[in-house]
Amino acid sequence: MTVILGQTFTGISIGAVLLLIALGLSLTFGQMNVINMAHGEFIMAGAYTTYVLQKSISGAGISLLVALPVAFIVSGALGALLEWLLIRRLYLRPLDTLLVTWGVSLMLQQLARDIFGAPNVQTRAPDWLTGNVTLIGGADPLTVANSRLFILGLAVAAVVALTLTLRLTPLGRRIRAVVQNRDLAEVSGISTARVDRTAFFLGSGLAGIAGVALTLVGPIGPTMGTNVIIDAFLVIVVGGIGQLKGTVIVAFVLGVLQSVLEYSTTLSVAKVLVLVAIVAFLQWRPQGLYTLRTRSLV
Amino acid sequence: MSSGSSILRRRFLVGGAALAAVVALSACGAKTDAAGSSDKAAKADVSGDTVKVGLLNSLSGTMAISEVTVRDSLKLAIDEINASGGVLGKKIQPISEDGASDWPTFAEKAQKLIQEDRVAATFGCWTSASRKAVKPVFEKNKSLLFYPVQYEGLEQSPYIFYTGATTNQQIVPALDYLKSKGLKKLYLVGSDYVFPRTANKIIQAYAKANGMTILGEDYAPLGSTEFSTIANKVKASKADAVFNTLNGDSNVAFFKEYKSAGLTAKSMPVVSVSIAEEEVKSIGSQYLAGQLTAWNYYQTTAGAANEKFVKAYKAKYGADKPTSDPMEAAYTSVHLWKAMVEKAGSFDPEKVKAASDGITFEAPEGKVTVDGATQHIHKTARIGEIGTDGLIKEVWDSGKPVEPDPYLKGYSWASGLS
Amino acid sequence: MTLLHGRARTWAGFAGAAVLLFALAPLALTDFRLGLLAKYLCTAMVAVGICLAWGRGGLLTLGQGLFFGLGGYAMAMHLKIADAGPGNLPDFMQLYGTATELPWWWRPFANPAFALAATVLLPMAVAALLGSFIFRRRVKGAYFAILSQALAAAFAIWLIGQQATTGGTNGLTDIQGFFGYDLDDPVNQRTVYFVIAAALLLLIALARQLIHSRYGELLVAVRDSEERVRFLGYDPAKVKLVAYVVAAGMAGLAGALFVPAVGIISPAMIGIVPSIEFVIGAAVGGRASLVGAVLGAIGVAWAKTALSEEFPAAWTYFQGLLFIVALAFLPGGLASLGGVLRRRRDRQRKAAVVAVGEAA
Repeated sequence: MTVILGQTFTGISIGAVLLLIALGLSLTFGQMNVINMAHGEFIMAGAYTTYVLQKSISGAGISLLVALPVAFIVSGALGALLEWLLIRRLYLRPLDTLLVTWGVSLMLQQLARDIFGAPNVQTRAPDWLTGNVTLIGGADPLTVANSRLFILGLAVAAVVALTLTLRLTPLGRRIRAVVQNRDLAEVSGISTARVDRTAFFLGSGLAGIAGVALTLVGPIGPTMGTNVIIDAFLVIVVGGIGQLKGTVIVAFVLGVLQSVLEYSTTLSVAKVLVLVAIVAFLQWRPQGLYTLRTRSLV
Repeated sequence: MSSGSSILRRRFLVGGAALAAVVALSACGAKTDAAGSSDKAAKADVSGDTVKVGLLNSLSGTMAISEVTVRDSLKLAIDEINASGGVLGKKIQPISEDGASDWPTFAEKAQKLIQEDRVAATFGCWTSASRKAVKPVFEKNKSLLFYPVQYEGLEQSPYIFYTGATTNQQIVPALDYLKSKGLKKLYLVGSDYVFPRTANKIIQAYAKANGMTILGEDYAPLGSTEFSTIANKVKASKADAVFNTLNGDSNVAFFKEYKSAGLTAKSMPVVSVSIAEEEVKSIGSQYLAGQLTAWNYYQTTAGAANEKFVKAYKAKYGADKPTSDPMEAAYTSVHLWKAMVEKAGSFDPEKVKAASDGITFEAPEGKVTVDGATQHIHKTARIGEIGTDGLIKEVWDSGKPVEPDPYLKGYSWASGLS
Repeated sequence: MTLLHGRARTWAGFAGAAVLLFALAPLALTDFRLGLLAKYLCTAMVAVGICLAWGRGGLLTLGQGLFFGLGGYAMAMHLKIADAGPGNLPDFMQLYGTATELPWWWRPFANPAFALAATVLLPMAVAALLGSFIFRRRVKGAYFAILSQALAAAFAIWLIGQQATTGGTNGLTDIQGFFGYDLDDPVNQRTVYFVIAAALLLLIALARQLIHSRYGELLVAVRDSEERVRFLGYDPAKVKLVAYVVAAGMAGLAGALFVPAVGIISPAMIGIVPSIEFVIGAAVGGRASLVGAVLGAIGVAWAKTALSEEFPAAWTYFQGLLFIVALAFLPGGLASLGGVLRRRRDRQRKAAVVAVGEAA
């Protein structure tokens, strides 16, 4: 029993990481249909921001908390820059966008290697994040790591913040209007170019926050972005483009599925099974779990 | 373009096919069973007052995290040799190529170094997969490769010198150490590739013969960074110790998860065979303090040769840069090649090979001796404990260099392995 | 200004390419460089398929590594069995495996005819199976791209996990012979190059045939307006399926010929990165033009070698920059460069004339 419960909790924590990585993409890919392969490098930028801040701020806990807004701004600015330089020329050419941002991702990786060195770098986690809490005691205790709880909380907070932004603010209304009908939004007096750039800033900024979170569980190095990026795209595709709730549900379902399968088989087999399950699912529901009805035929 | 007549177009196809057939039939070389295919070994170019050597490491891609430091170490050794007059009076000119963490690229670059640059020898490669990819290239061209990383054994190419540890110089001593400490229930965690899988086969055989039990065996694809489930499995197994053959990025995620699961070096020690000082630095002693490693060299290894090596390395690349076992083996490999060439009095690979037996070098790890028969080297096995300062402190050593035994012929329990 | 038009130009193009590939290249290049060219030509073969499926059909074929790998492994499995000789296991199985005889799914590949057919038919069958589902469900655009990548990644991870029977991460290495011929011999290496060059020309001719046929027109129509084609009574799913399956077959053949040229096939040639690299060559050269796609693929592969030889530590900057400049600022690839320049000149000449809408 504890095994099943434990794996479910593990799955939820894997899902939280996935969700945090995919959340930024739900804006740039989900809302704007841009396949940005450099998103992984924005995550990397967030992680390196944490590293740099830790060198100047001594307390591990404080520097981590400071890193969250700073990484949001650093990655967001990188994203807005990329949008302004390249992506705005490439709307409606999805595969070109993918290939161009792939080129950007290669360059950013090499840049990281030249600035910070090829080997991975280290950040210290604050003591209050390295322990764990016991949910069920006894001979076979069920514990959850503090770092995982922190990431779960961060993911939930980010989802809530993003939902509120999209639902309640004028900016959110404009983004939704542009997604649902670009031409109509344009003639209604919305500057679609500005909305695009702002949405890209937000989406990339969320990648930066994911990068800060990843320093708690994984390596910080030039290729850390490539390791996670495809999983994140899959979450969006399965969840349904343009739908936040689909992304949230799918991230957790995939997390639990992966952890349960992995417990009974191996990591490789579980990965292959999850990928095959995704392909099969998309045969059944090609538009993902939830679909946004738009007036466009594409 | 205007659409042409279909008859004309058909002529293209017929013409193309005929052309292909003619060309394919016109040139036919040796059959596989034909004896003595032409000897086309590219001869190294040693005519000038310099001699070229190849440095073949991944400078981009996932393996760059490890291989760049090996390249740096090779360059240090070359600089030292050049400063003291070179080899046979010739300065060494290194040609660096990027294997890009991609095995076919390694094969391509190896061929380029041998055939285009006419290097006298090549140093590098890290993963077993890259070594397997270049092995036929070096054998066909009869050129030498010096491979500086500990590996899974069961190999003895006539054109490769293995200056890292083979299994009986690293894995077997680590198992002996665990046994002597009474840690008899093991859990095996490794990356999904040749070295961990072969290492674990050896561990299984050793365990069977020595009354140890293996409670579980788990593999993660190279580069995977999600280890919470494996940490759960390890924890649930209640093993005495974990034998870790993970490589690269995965180690960072594994040890972060290991600590989060509440496992410590006291409750369940981990013996790692791919974590050296460089990796300790990138994971953090916060997660690693007290854990064990098995190598032949640590930055803290005593001796004048090591003091000199560490000092020179830090002077060249920065005071915060640690030295590690693969870097030391790479550094040693260049010096060994120099000694072999000087004994042979020639850069010719066949003569260098013939001269190799018994060559010794006062390496940072202590005195090493080349075994001409296996082309491996005698190395001292060392178990170390990772300290809070990020350095590794030796807790046990084999006392004297261990004779290399890549096929484990001297171990009766290993008879079924190869 | 070119004096040749239409048919004659095509003829001249083929003749020129044949002279270049069969006469000039073998004379001008060393054995090593010729071997590299053989490798580039293999990627060009994949690009021919991509030109058809993506350039003409608008399908985002981001999983060509899967088909390349299927073809490559089919060929390499046969060659490994042949190298080992009758009754023996391939070398890596003796090292890493536990079985004492060939696994059942290896056995048919001992037959050369089966293996050769499988290099093309296996990828085509897989593509047909996948495509028939995917296109019928009208999966399009980004979905299709990500789905293809997921499949390529799954196949690579599976291969890595089955070390005892697939060679794992190492792949199948050290291939010695090619249907009885010793690959060690430079003469035979040259023959392999000729076979590859001939195969490439054949594929180009085949693709050209398809593009200029009625089917080719339909394919472009589906790309540009799927709904309209549907309203006209055609089934766009079938039209796309044919392009997808043909492209898969071409990638399979390329993979199969890659094996004797390079002597190795590994999961590193299958996953997401190589799949993207296959597409990038075609995109840089010009996806909709056969000549552009082929030259682009060869050019990008050559640039990778040349740049990494020249700047081993910084070549990825240049490579990234090349992709960005070529794709962001020249949507039709280098093949459209002439057109772009000509149009610009024309526009300057007839400054008064209102600019006519250009096809993107």
